[in-house]
Amino acid sequence: MSYINKLLVANRGEIACRVMRTAKKMGIKTVAVYSDIDKNTLFVEMADEAYNIGPPQALQSYLRSDKIIDVALSTKSQAIHPGFGFLSENAQFSEDCQKNDIIFVGPGADAIRKMGSKSESKIIMTNAKVPVVPGYHGETQDPNFLLQEAEKIGFPVLIKAVMGGGGKGMRIVRQKSEFLEALEGAKREALKSFKDERVLVEKYIEKPRHIEVQIFGDKHNNYVHLFERDCSIQRRHQKVIEEAPSALDENIRYDIGEKAKEAARAVKYSNAGTVEFIFDLDSSKFYFMEMNTRLQVEHPITEMITGVDLVEWQLRVASGEHLPLTQEQIKRKGHSIEARIYSESPNNNFLPGSGKLDHYSEPQPSQTVRIETGVREGDTISIFYDPMIAKLVVYGENRQMAIQTLLNALQNYQIQGLPNNISFLKTVLQHPEYVNQQYDTSFIAKNQDNLLKLKDNYNPIDIALAIAGRHFLNSVQLPKSLLNFRNGAQINNKLTLNIQSASYANQKEIKITHNINGNNHELEIEGSKIIVQKVTKSNEHNNLLIFETNQGIFIRTIRNKENILIFDAEGDPITITVSSDEVKKVKQDQHGHGNNKEIVAPMPCTLTKVNVTVGQKVKRGDILIIMEAMKMEHTIKAAIDGEVKEIRYKEGQFIEPGAMIVKLE
Amino acid sequence: IILNKIIKMMHYRSLFRFSHYPVLQSLCDRADPNLQANFELMKQSNERFLNITNKVINYGGTVAHQKLAERNKFPVRERITRLLDVGSPFLELSQLAGYELYDKEEVPSGGIVTGIGLINKRFCMIVANDPTIKGGTYYPITVKKHVRAQEIAWENKLPCVYLVDSGGANLMRQDEVFPDRDHFGRIFYNQANMSAQGIPQISIVLGSCTAGGAYVPAMSDENVIVSGNGTIFLGGPPLVKAATGEVVTAEDLGGARVHCFTSGLTDHFCTSELEALQKGRSIIRNLTTKQVGDIRDDQPIYDIEDLNYLMSSDLKKSMDSRHLIARILDGSRFMEFKENYGTTLITGFGELYGQEVGIIANNGILFSESALKGAHFVSLCQQRGVPLIFLQNITGFMVGRKYETEGIAKHGAKMVNAVATATVPKLTLLFGGSFGAGNYGMCGRAYGAKFLFSWPSSRISVMGGDQAAGVLTSVQQQTIVRNGGEWNEKVEKDLKQKYSQKYDNESSAYYATARLWDDGIILPTQTRQTLGLALLTSMQHYKYERTGHGVFRM
Repeated sequence: MSYINKLLVANRGEIACRVMRTAKKMGIKTVAVYSDIDKNTLFVEMADEAYNIGPPQALQSYLRSDKIIDVALSTKSQAIHPGFGFLSENAQFSEDCQKNDIIFVGPGADAIRKMGSKSESKIIMTNAKVPVVPGYHGETQDPNFLLQEAEKIGFPVLIKAVMGGGGKGMRIVRQKSEFLEALEGAKREALKSFKDERVLVEKYIEKPRHIEVQIFGDKHNNYVHLFERDCSIQRRHQKVIEEAPSALDENIRYDIGEKAKEAARAVKYSNAGTVEFIFDLDSSKFYFMEMNTRLQVEHPITEMITGVDLVEWQLRVASGEHLPLTQEQIKRKGHSIEARIYSESPNNNFLPGSGKLDHYSEPQPSQTVRIETGVREGDTISIFYDPMIAKLVVYGENRQMAIQTLLNALQNYQIQGLPNNISFLKTVLQHPEYVNQQYDTSFIAKNQDNLLKLKDNYNPIDIALAIAGRHFLNSVQLPKSLLNFRNGAQINNKLTLNIQSASYANQKEIKITHNINGNNHELEIEGSKIIVQKVTKSNEHNNLLIFETNQGIFIRTIRNKENILIFDAEGDPITITVSSDEVKKVKQDQHGHGNNKEIVAPMPCTLTKVNVTVGQKVKRGDILIIMEAMKMEHTIKAAIDGEVKEIRYKEGQFIEPGAMIVKLE
Repeated sequence: IILNKIIKMMHYRSLFRFSHYPVLQSLCDRADPNLQANFELMKQSNERFLNITNKVINYGGTVAHQKLAERNKFPVRERITRLLDVGSPFLELSQLAGYELYDKEEVPSGGIVTGIGLINKRFCMIVANDPTIKGGTYYPITVKKHVRAQEIAWENKLPCVYLVDSGGANLMRQDEVFPDRDHFGRIFYNQANMSAQGIPQISIVLGSCTAGGAYVPAMSDENVIVSGNGTIFLGGPPLVKAATGEVVTAEDLGGARVHCFTSGLTDHFCTSELEALQKGRSIIRNLTTKQVGDIRDDQPIYDIEDLNYLMSSDLKKSMDSRHLIARILDGSRFMEFKENYGTTLITGFGELYGQEVGIIANNGILFSESALKGAHFVSLCQQRGVPLIFLQNITGFMVGRKYETEGIAKHGAKMVNAVATATVPKLTLLFGGSFGAGNYGMCGRAYGAKFLFSWPSSRISVMGGDQAAGVLTSVQQQTIVRNGGEWNEKVEKDLKQKYSQKYDNESSAYYATARLWDDGIILPTQTRQTLGLALLTSMQHYKYERTGHGVFRM
């Protein structure tokens, strides 16, 4: 048994913070490695030592196993925790660690390799009597051959990268005619992400649930499972909301747990892993999908219901200890849900966004509310890494209570400066299909219209509070008695305000009248008269203000920087621009939707493929270009019939947001 | 830690460093029938003021505003609000200038809005033409108001921002606006000299600047113009056609494009009023002049509304001006100077928005002792560089044989002399009567007050209406009798009534403010803020200078 007293965390953001927290608890010193862009982030500060390993691009920093091992050696770290993503499922890296006498906190290279290949893992599973989805997992990659196989399996089918994960290199094909184009896309993505373009084809299950089992093995051939998680709420094949336990009945739960252990045993698995199954709601059958040989993003929900610190187990098992508990000793209690808070625009096809967290405040953590994040107010979510801002994990005695706690926490989660999915998550949690557990993995896609419905109109009270709150916050510079003071007859102080919010359908300009009468703010906003009598600061947060008005007492978060920002009763942000401070017209066509002739980069991105040439005639729906941003591929199709007039960028070029890429005529 | 605590305590002490000034006792029993009677009269007086002012401010109403909107223009006061910092106060000057001045021709606010507000935390003088009033042309009172605003800016070193939208001089009244020293030409003289002394002159051209008006931007340091609305030319298209036969549009003759791209008369090309006003803000932001720091506000402990009960608009009634002082000064704290001497004049020290200030307030008629006390106190403040606030309610110096023989004229002259030569910032408020030489001793308009404001109920004239009627009637009687005319009670009564009425009319605050004898009428409840802003403005760039003599004990 080798004792770990110094651990290098080869990752960034919230997972790096998460690992370090447990390490600190266990008295283990921590070493961080970071890219140029991450220099001032939380995980770097949390570590006892931190070393720069290169430029922002992951390929030149977080994926540089040589540099990371060098840091580990020079800092005399006995172990490396890879977190998830980056090098966590890289067998070569695991091997390199071993060669350098460094403990890789994760399974051995052999298990990673076997489970990393979808086709190989399925063969192993079939041999171990773990059920698998029908499909073709062979080496022949000829497109026409694959098409034949697909027809054999029967449409709909799923094309997946052999080395894939995280939704990359994955396509659903419902018709024969779509197969070849989808195949090409999947291969391209696969090559880009995994340097391996091989794909497999399998049966696509119409009403599937994503059920996965947390397993754990040690170096002494002991295996346990820590129950299952339901991760069916997904968009773009990425998980958004996960919960534990699932709605499986006890027999199936027992069965799936045992099968997962079998899977682990089959590859002599040690450390934390997850066996993913696809559960067919129609037949109540489950099939092995793949095994993730690492800690999962959603591991906290398992921790919440079992009371186990999985990172602690990882470190103990890695240093050669036996599993701390036997299967019989592992008990579950209550219900836990995790919501992933992403920097993305749900209303714009979940397009990832980047930018600065102008305002960031988390709900109060408690016994039942846990927040895993690596960001602080003022931090930037960059285009280089995953757009996840935080994980919000809650615990409840039962599912209903957990949902309630999560909703409440989300209402107190306030983010501004970046597009984010908070209000979307709130809508999901209140959807009857979610509440009554009638969903499958297509839930979001199927209910998109309902889930993405925007609020119709602002509550005038919020506008009034924002105005009064701004004055209150301003009072540092000007005493209240002089704020907006006019001698002689009081002029109705007409203000024109621009109001915008990602959660509201309307971006608009409204006129309000505002009088200060003694201490009272008298406001008239679109016909409602509101008098704000008193504003006080809450002791809890700096920007939390308490308003006494003629319509009751309200508590709101107000920020007064360039614009006024208020979070409404549901916690959705509203930005108010006072015209005298802001001339710019509200840009409604930020994403280039207004002009069908010019294709404009919606965000910073890299051009991966140009499908057309200047002078080429295109039809509506034809693929013009493919670009990559925030680790996702985006296909841009022609919105009109026309001719390509101009192409401004070449493949591989980096493009600034707002730049025109292709012009049609 | 102990050191930290001491530093902290010292910090707190400095916050309350004037707490040793005692709090004035000033009770107000609103149920008292006398106070109720006061209130009824004050209420009438205040309401009349508000009615008149509201009419003036909203002249033209929504129709005028709609017309402006069609031309992408904001109403003049909205322009100012958008130019100022969010939440900035605006100390508007002489809102009622020109009121009932030109018989049937209405020139609300004199056709121009002037006042002081904060732009990027700097007090600035805003001079804004109102295009809805006779095309923004300059009446005599417009010129006077514009020049007065410049005078204030010059004295207090305030950057000037001109929101120009004017047809130039009013041609029908050229004799009253063009030739004299303080007429139209003075505007440009002031601009040139202020600029020479480092006081920024900025023009934002939002409409036409014709003829003389063209020189406002032309004489400015930095100019902004709105494309489509702003035009600058010496002669407009009609004049050009008449003079040379050339036919040209206003835009081609002197629009934004001409002046920003070709003539170089303007510096910043903007496409909307909002953008132009924002540009003006940026220009001020780039100045290197001092910004206003945090302003302390230690509110008086008494309700300012009490003034409507404690003060009276019936000037025959005596008012204790301590009640007023208690509702102006920070924390109602006031340290009287010579409390027991010359008691009809109250003098003493206090603070207003954190600024130390000397108060001189009438509390009855001026006797020799009160005049001497006043002279002493003024020279004391002058020696210390403490600004002065004069609270005027004065019927005059005492008359009668006893007083003339003891030399009240000579003693009064000492006070007038001290006030006239004091160079510390002086502010004056007329809250009651302002009659005769009392006006001089209490820093009337002629004595260089930086700002002078009046309450709606105040009156100003050389003497009271009744006394004047008496004097004039007896003079008239002598003439009539000398010339053998008939003199009886009816003639006497008619004459008295005629003179009394003339005085009543001419002494009203409205008559005075219409002619710019003050810087505006304010409500009693606005006194603290108005004087406070005036004081802060005056002190922002004030430099203390010693003058000739020491303090004379009189």
